[in-house]
Amino acid sequence: MTLTPAFRNVLKATILPFLAAALPLAAQTSLTGAGATFPAPIYTKWFAEYQSVGNVQINYQANGSGGGIKAITDGTVDFGASDMPLTDEQIKTFKERNGGTNILLFPTVLGAAVPSYNVPGVTGDLKFTGKALAGIFLGSIKKWNDPEIAKANPGVKLPDDNIVVVHRSDGSGTTFCWTDYLSKVSPEWSSKVGKNTSVNWPAGLGAKGNDGVAGLIKQQKGSIGYVELIYAVKNHLAYGSVQNKSGQFVKADLKSVTAAAAAVKTIPADFRVSITDQPGSGVYPISTYTWLLVPAKISDAAKRQALTGFLKWAITKGQDLVEPLDYARLPQAVVAKEEKQIALIH
Amino acid sequence: MASTTHIADVLRRRNNRSFFERLAGGDEIAYSITLIAAVAILAIVALIVLELWTHSTPTVKTFGFGFLTSSAWDPNSGKFGALPFIYGTCLTSFLALLIAVPLGVAASVFLAEMAPPKLSDVLTFLIELLAAVPSVIYGLIGIFILVPAIRDYLVQPLKAVFGFLPIFQGDFYGLSFLSAGIVLSIMVVPFIISVSREVLLAVPTELREAALALGATKWEATWQIVLPAASTGIIGSAFLALARALGETMAVTMVVGNTPKITASLLSPGYSIAAVIANEFAEASGDLYVSSLIFLGLVLFGLTIVINALARILILTTTRRGMK
Repeated sequence: MTLTPAFRNVLKATILPFLAAALPLAAQTSLTGAGATFPAPIYTKWFAEYQSVGNVQINYQANGSGGGIKAITDGTVDFGASDMPLTDEQIKTFKERNGGTNILLFPTVLGAAVPSYNVPGVTGDLKFTGKALAGIFLGSIKKWNDPEIAKANPGVKLPDDNIVVVHRSDGSGTTFCWTDYLSKVSPEWSSKVGKNTSVNWPAGLGAKGNDGVAGLIKQQKGSIGYVELIYAVKNHLAYGSVQNKSGQFVKADLKSVTAAAAAVKTIPADFRVSITDQPGSGVYPISTYTWLLVPAKISDAAKRQALTGFLKWAITKGQDLVEPLDYARLPQAVVAKEEKQIALIH
Repeated sequence: MASTTHIADVLRRRNNRSFFERLAGGDEIAYSITLIAAVAILAIVALIVLELWTHSTPTVKTFGFGFLTSSAWDPNSGKFGALPFIYGTCLTSFLALLIAVPLGVAASVFLAEMAPPKLSDVLTFLIELLAAVPSVIYGLIGIFILVPAIRDYLVQPLKAVFGFLPIFQGDFYGLSFLSAGIVLSIMVVPFIISVSREVLLAVPTELREAALALGATKWEATWQIVLPAASTGIIGSAFLALARALGETMAVTMVVGNTPKITASLLSPGYSIAAVIANEFAEASGDLYVSSLIFLGLVLFGLTIVINALARILILTTTRRGMK
């Protein structure tokens, strides 16, 4: 078979670039991860940026924190991601299934949950005490003009309307953060409901996703719910400020969320720390870390190198990319401490 | 006479052919391929049940069949019960049928018996398009159009007239069993219309002509002759719709309110099996939690089988009665 010169040129033009592109790919290390959906946008951005920096291809499947914990425990991925710190039991299970290897948690970015509402006649920002939020979500505060809400909002004319509580129906790290906060400020909430990615809600309606909650609030007069800070910012939702442990009413933004993380004076060595309800000036009380879950022992040297390299980059240079996506960055002290933990991966 | 002998001869020869002859003739190949296809479907169903069953072991061990009758759903304290979800699934599907069956049957009678054939074809095509709309779209329509409309125009009169009934008591916040039932009814009505219309068209024209010849009016012929003759198929269409309503996930979760409570009032929020699985599976942590959700899947499977079996029995009994 003879090829015409023109056809040969076409072949060269089409096939050679693919071959050229495939060569470096073969040398590239590839990692897979799975887990939390909340940090997925920044992770995707990081993985794309880091591909050229570290010559590592990272695939991430945002299938939820529960899915991430399960995948890393079963060893089907190289790293997991979760919006809630692992429980002692989850760590024990991981060790049992992975020959005694420990699992390390690396905080990557910060997020927050904010109270969003639709109160007829109220245009400005409302202020909420922890007691008011717990009462509303427990169903014990039923009217908008309840004294517990009114006393924090002097001068605001609150209507005599029923409060309609809206919560997430799907399991979510945002729900964990919200219920973690309510558990801290209300003993009744802690004993009756507790904290988790989904709980047995004593009151209200469930809507799917941040968009579901926001959509329902928009429509239902007298409603209140919680959404992720990023979602609220991106969609220009009105949301209220919350009283922190020092008695100050603070509205969530990137600064007040980072301040919440910095307010924790002693970070435990394993980084399993809740940063809700922290004291201090300008500290937003319903904030949370999100974590990457990495086994302490990675036998594949290339993968170990790739993953530790990425972690180092993510908590240092990578932090410069988080704010444009509305995530709050890690406090400096945490970064320094994490760098020490990266050295433990062997 | 000669030809009969010939046919018998051919038949005998065909039956006496060896396996390889028949294989070469294609019969055995066709038989095997179709058999494999049929068995594969059964095997898939069996595997699904087996998988669901093995993965729900922790729940079965912890709660036994008390799981089906318990109404607790508290992931934090590790208490799980299926009753509110079973209740919600059955109630919303029942509501959907209550609305969709009369509407669907009436529409199909018009399309099959009353409308000019050309108009009927166009309308049927448009109605069948409804079945192709993704359920998330129905959910959105439900949230943004139906729920406010129900709240503003339907619930007030209902409460004013039937407010004394327990099913119309309590506060109404839009998301509810009622909203889910109405959205579901819109989703399943195309199935009822399209199947019922086919069934009505299949009723022999002689029956109609005979009724008309005996002096019946057009409506009498339709109501007393054609509809009873098509009743089996119409019931079948209703159960097809029911199966769809039972398994519907996205649209239901968007309008039902996602609250695992059992209340008599149609105005209160509820939950369904498919919705809770879709909502909580991704973030479920802990073996018991995950296995409870999987067991719920098995319960939904069982529920569908039971209801389909009931449908079969109903159809069988009605046809037998019809024959007598």
